[in-house]
Amino acid sequence: MANQPRVERLGRYAGILALPVLAAGLYLGLLWAPPDAMMGDVQRIMYVHFPSWIAVALAYTTGFVASILYLVKRQARLDYWAQAGIEVGLVFNISGLITGSLWGRPTWGVYWTWDPRLTSTAIMAITFAGYLVLRSFIEDPDTRSRVAALVATVGFLNVPIVYFSVKWWRTLHQPQSNPSTVDPAMVLPLRIMMVAFTLLAYYLMTRRYLLAEAEGSIERESLRMEAANG
Amino acid sequence: MSGSEWRRVWTVVWKDTLTERRTKAAFNAMAFFAGMVLLIFAFALGPDTPGIGPMGQTLLQYVSPGLLWVAIMLTAVLALGRSFQIELENGALEGLRLYPGERRSIGIGKILSNVLTLAAMELLVVPIGAVLYNLDLWSKLPALAGVLFLATIGLAAVGTFYAALTVNLRAREVMLPLLLFPVMVPVILGAVKATNLILNGSLMQDELGTWVRLLIVFDVVFVTVCTLTFEYVLEE
Repeated sequence: MANQPRVERLGRYAGILALPVLAAGLYLGLLWAPPDAMMGDVQRIMYVHFPSWIAVALAYTTGFVASILYLVKRQARLDYWAQAGIEVGLVFNISGLITGSLWGRPTWGVYWTWDPRLTSTAIMAITFAGYLVLRSFIEDPDTRSRVAALVATVGFLNVPIVYFSVKWWRTLHQPQSNPSTVDPAMVLPLRIMMVAFTLLAYYLMTRRYLLAEAEGSIERESLRMEAANG
Repeated sequence: MSGSEWRRVWTVVWKDTLTERRTKAAFNAMAFFAGMVLLIFAFALGPDTPGIGPMGQTLLQYVSPGLLWVAIMLTAVLALGRSFQIELENGALEGLRLYPGERRSIGIGKILSNVLTLAAMELLVVPIGAVLYNLDLWSKLPALAGVLFLATIGLAAVGTFYAALTVNLRAREVMLPLLLFPVMVPVILGAVKATNLILNGSLMQDELGTWVRLLIVFDVVFVTVCTLTFEYVLEE
């Protein structure tokens, strides 16, 4: 409980900082940067799509690391971080899938292709949605934390295996861009949006963490009352 | 793993096999369920619909690798759920927890007994599928058996892990497939692709090797992970 004010404060700073960075990134991405040579203005969805996946990676990795640490150390706050990471990760995961579909329709002609990255990230979303559903079905807090940590660990380890298996299954996605293949005028807004989404993901995770902590303390309190009243 | 640990593993396998042989509860349910699933595919796709490709197959023959594996996967979830539900009666799970020695021997024992149950189920599903869909399997049996074996180990390992985690839940019938299916994707992909290469001819050895390697990697990773974490899985 001791670090609660610190988490709150750092999260608040990140949230406040995210706002102007997000505004700058959106302005540069939507108005300032040149349209794509082939795709035109449609390509501007990249400035939201790609940073979403950065946030996904950040949040799920937080959830995975916190889950493993929970199994070793058994501290409730690690479970709160795991829950926060996976829940925020799932939000950005779904946002990434939706923006990707919207981008895919005008460029590939379809909303959905069975491309490895699409398919494996969709399976990733189902895996972690299962994690969140599972949590809601377990009443005992310690059992819930332990089972959830195991499910998160195995689910996360499975992601690369799913990715490579689907990749061998078929492949179509445009090769990943890197700064040398992208116009510098596009790189700048993309970088800014990546920073903005990182701050945003961190902010959301701290809020979710604080909420989980509040829920946890209420839950423990009511269990104690129950035990006291026999 | 020492000799005494293997003896403990064997005891768990023996206990499960004996229980199943005497009750036949899981096996009977599985057999009829799997048969019904295979029939339903024929109803859904039509028994005489012509398939794609030059070989003059019916659609059922053409897609049979996928159908067989979906039937196996759906039936496996039933079987895997059962493997820990039987422990709920009369507090048997408590007894299992009190079992001396390392917890992982219970985990390995449960995985092995699930491999046996799933193998028994596959011994039914594959011939029934072959008869219903008119597949010629005889010449391809050794390769097919190898793929079935590798995929079964993977299914049993992840299945045992999630069945043990969800056994105490009210909603276990919903939760087990929801957690298990996404993790099973690589096995199903590898198994379907390998089976397809074996059944529908054009044996491209390289490609078959890729899928077999995927199955082996999955087996190694998940047998290791599920065995190592079983201690945490069975905690009270």
